[in-house]
This record gives sequence, C-alpha cells and structure tokens, in this order.
Amino acid sequence: MHDGAPDPALYDFAAYRDRPVIRWPGDKSVAVWVSPNLEYYEIDPPANPHRKSWTKPHPDVVGYSHRDHANRVGHWRMADVMSKHGFPGSVSLSIALCQHHPDVVADANARGWEFFSHGIYNTRYSYGMDEAQERAIIEDSIRTVRDATGQTIRGWLAPALTHTPRTLDLIAEYGLDYTCDLYHDDQPMPVKVKSGRLISMPYSLEVNDHYGFFIYNMSPRDYARTLIRQYQRLADEGTGTVMCIPLHSYLIGQPHRIGAFEEVLRHIAADGRAWITRAGDIATHWFAQQGQQGVPA
Amino acid sequence: MTLDPAYLEYPHRQLGYDHTLYDWSPLKDRKPLAWPDGKSVAVWAVVSLEWFPIIPGDTPFRAPGHMQTAYPDYRHYTAREYGTRVGFYRLLDAFAKAGVRASVAANGAIAERYPSIIRDIVAAGHEIIAHTTDMNGTIATGLPEDAERALIAQSLDSLERVSGTRPSGWLSIARSQSWNTPRLLKEAGVAYCCDWVNDELPYAFNNGLVNIPLNHELSDRQILNVQQQSVDSYAEQILDAHDWLAAEADREGGGRLLPLHLTPYIIGLPYRMDAFEHLLADLAARPQTWFARGIDILEHFRSQQ
Repeated sequence: MHDGAPDPALYDFAAYRDRPVIRWPGDKSVAVWVSPNLEYYEIDPPANPHRKSWTKPHPDVVGYSHRDHANRVGHWRMADVMSKHGFPGSVSLSIALCQHHPDVVADANARGWEFFSHGIYNTRYSYGMDEAQERAIIEDSIRTVRDATGQTIRGWLAPALTHTPRTLDLIAEYGLDYTCDLYHDDQPMPVKVKSGRLISMPYSLEVNDHYGFFIYNMSPRDYARTLIRQYQRLADEGTGTVMCIPLHSYLIGQPHRIGAFEEVLRHIAADGRAWITRAGDIATHWFAQQGQQGVPA
Repeated sequence: MTLDPAYLEYPHRQLGYDHTLYDWSPLKDRKPLAWPDGKSVAVWAVVSLEWFPIIPGDTPFRAPGHMQTAYPDYRHYTAREYGTRVGFYRLLDAFAKAGVRASVAANGAIAERYPSIIRDIVAAGHEIIAHTTDMNGTIATGLPEDAERALIAQSLDSLERVSGTRPSGWLSIARSQSWNTPRLLKEAGVAYCCDWVNDELPYAFNNGLVNIPLNHELSDRQILNVQQQSVDSYAEQILDAHDWLAAEADREGGGRLLPLHLTPYIIGLPYRMDAFEHLLADLAARPQTWFARGIDILEHFRSQQ
C-alpha cells in the first residue's frame, strides 16, 4: 500500500458493469466457499498497546469459554453438517491451534479442507509489529501448518483483522496467493504489491455469522434467509462472482442455529448454479483464466 | 511503536489449554451420559432472582440490569422489583402447570429481604442455587481474595438459613469469575458452578468443581433484551435447539442439555408469558424432555463418572 497517502493504492478502480464474465468450472455462475474460523483465543494474552483483547479483567469467562465451545463442541457439529452437504472448508486458522488442539486441525485436514493463516492467536495483533516481527509470524504460519497438515498456506486473513502497511507486500513476497482482508468487490481482484502477485479473495463481513448475530442481531432463521438471498442474487446476476460464508463454530454451531444453517447448505447444493469449492481453488482458476479473453456480460 | 519482543513469545503454546483449570475434552470423545427413563434432552430452567440496591456498586463492575440513571433511579429499581414480586410468581405458576422443576439462582439478599419467596421455591420442589449476595456482589480478578471468600460464604449462609439447605450450585453475576473463584467455590463446599459456557454437558474442573454450562446465548436476556428479538422468535429458537439436540442424541447416543436461563423482569412480563407457557407446554409434550434441576443433572453426571 501507499503508506501515509489518503488513497492506500491497493488496487485500480473497476466498475462492476461491463466486466468480462468469469466462467467458473462446470460453467457455474457463482463460486461458493465456506470459511470456518478455527481459532484459539488466549485466556491471559499480553497487552498490545494499540488494541485491548478481552473487555474484562482476565479471565473473561464468557468471552474465553464461548470461544472454547468451538473446539469442544461447535466445530464437530458444524463440520459434520458441511461434509454431509458436500461443502469443504477453507480454514481461517489461528496457527497455535496446531499445538493446542491438533485433533481439531487433523479433523479439518482429513475432511479435505484448506488452511490459510489467521495469525498465531486471535489475541495477538499485528498492530505495532516491525518488519522482522511480521516476517516471524508469516514464517511461523507457513512452517507450522506445513508440519501439522502437509499443506502450504496460500492465503491470509490478518489476526483479528489487524494489519500493518506492509502486511500485503510481505505475504506476496512469501508466495501467498490471496488475502481475505479487502472487501471492495464480489470478484477476485489483483492487489498492488511490491513483489510477486496477490489477489483479493472475496470474504465477507456482511454475511459473516459474527456480524449476522452480533452486529445485525439476526435470529438464526433470519441469518439463514440472509445467506440464501445473498446466494440467489449472485447466482441470478450470473457474472462469475464469489460468495464466501465466514463462520465461527461457537456461533453457528450452537444448537438453535445449526439446523437453520443446514437448510442454507441444502439449498445452495440443490440449486445447481454454485461451484462449491475452496478459496485456493478459486485463486488457481482465476490465475489460470488471466490472459484469456472473457465473455462480455 | 515497536512491540516488545515478548509479544511474539508464546510460553503456553502447548498441547491442551493455556491454563490448568480444566483439561481438553471434546464432547464427541466422551462416554455418553444417560438421563433417567431413556430421556435424551435435559431441559434445565434456571431463574436468576436478584435484588438491585438503588445505590449501584461498580467494584469490580456494574451488574447487567443495574441502575442506569442519576440517583435515584426509580425506573430500574422498581422494574427489577416487578420481576421479583410479579414476574417470578408467573414463572412459578407456569412451572407448576407444565410440571417443571427448576433451579432458582437467588441472591442471598432475597432470603434476607423476602424469605417467603424462598419458602415458596422450596415448597414447589425447586432447587436454590447461590447467586452471590446482591447485585452489587460482582466478581472479577482484582476483587481481594478475602472479600470474594466472604461474599461466597455470606451468600451460601443467607440462603441456607432460610431454605434449610446449603446450596450445591453457584452462578456468578454475568458469569464473571476471578482467577480465584473455582478454588474459593470448592473450598466453600460448592459442588458445581454454571459460569463457563464452553460445553454442552457437565464436566469437572481439575480441582473437582463441576461446571454445568448454562448457555448464555439461549438466555432470555441475550435473545429478548440484547438482540431485541420477539418472544415468538425466542420460543422458536428454543424449540429449534431442542429439535437439533434430540436428533443429535438419537444419532450419536448420550443425553443432551438444553439450558433455559430466565430473568423474571424480562420473560415474566404479561405480553411474553403466554408464549413462554406455550413453549413449556411444547417442551413438556416432547417425549425426549426431562425437566431437570442442576442438582439432578449433577447427580446423574457424578454417578456415571
């Protein structure tokens, strides 16, 4: 990015109208990927001078134990529903989960899910890191996921969405293909980086379960209807967009929510217009299409 | 400002948790827990019965539902008292009608101020859980250990004096504990707490204290008050949860737990009570339902360990 400038110069403007249509494999009109955030929040993290972690003195019992529900209960319930309907996950991973609860990571890996880095812990923020520190967490992420799963991470979602002006340049330099940190489009877009190449992978805050339940205060069924409307609109537009469903199993895996969510997966799977896939596969397909002439909308 | 190098050190990055309060145990790996009579879903109603002094305390924090205006805050003082005088009796009647035995998490101050309520609870066969002293009795790290110990003892003593039974269970205000709380509760003879929401079945802390998770997301406060959804939506969500848990119990074996955390000044309002009574009737009509008190859940958990 252009550090200190009013326009961070992350990408060029490109209006949605008159773009070439993106053809997803099987001639599907919308690529749908599900992104479970598999996280570890520390009970007593050190303070970052730029952002407080827990709102209460440690231990923040509800804050911590709610997140812990994900690993003890929520993940398994959510993952079974996803597998049942043929949805792989692209995991936004707190890297230290590989050490704390390797069985959760192994389960996701065995299901054929992809992993990208969401920082070491969701209680360690990038704000204030110098370049060496930021390189350390990127290198830690690559090494730890490789050791735990055999996979090489291709993407990044900054821990708790905390960035520095150099984050995107660095992940591109390390060979990562996509960032989930930019929300300016419904299609993958090139990101300007100092070296290498990087695209923005459409993730979503708006239909993130956290936003649905705690920003918009939706009921479980309202959230499910929201996801179906989001999907229907993108499929109807037929321009080759990406729909991401970002999840936290301590939220979507609650017993009053998972049933309504299962209906969303059933709907999308039955509709036939969705390429149900992983973020890395979307990136691969997008890169492969570059240089080819798109079809005018 | 560059971060301290220690910010990238992870002394507790290890197998299991970054604390020693309880051990790692995913629910799916545990021996199934059976409820009596082949029931698969324990429905555990927990009513918080609270007294808010009109002069609020902020040490260590102000309780949810506490006074909000400049002194004297008649509106919140009396609206909370409405719950205790009126809403709670609607709940007692609704429980009797549906055959529900519940747990009542009462402030010690309820026993001291309104002993007849305690006697009505006991006479109906409900359990009393200790819920600190009054709504100024909040707990968090920073509260001196002696003060916390005294607060726990005072709550248990007040409730025992009037009810005749020393409570086995504990619920903190806002489920907020200090680092000392699990130890102090154990030392005070408390068998279980309801503060940690990380599971859907009882489990034991390493010191022997049991936690029966009282899902805060399914509480009337969260759904009706915080998220501002309707009581009809609340009832639908509880039934959806029951459907899911019953099906999961069938599929995977072992009982499940559906906690209903209730607040008399929230659910006990006239315009919400019909829907709540319908909900209890719907739950009672389901063959999987076992209406249980915390002490019953604890007993079944312990006998199967």
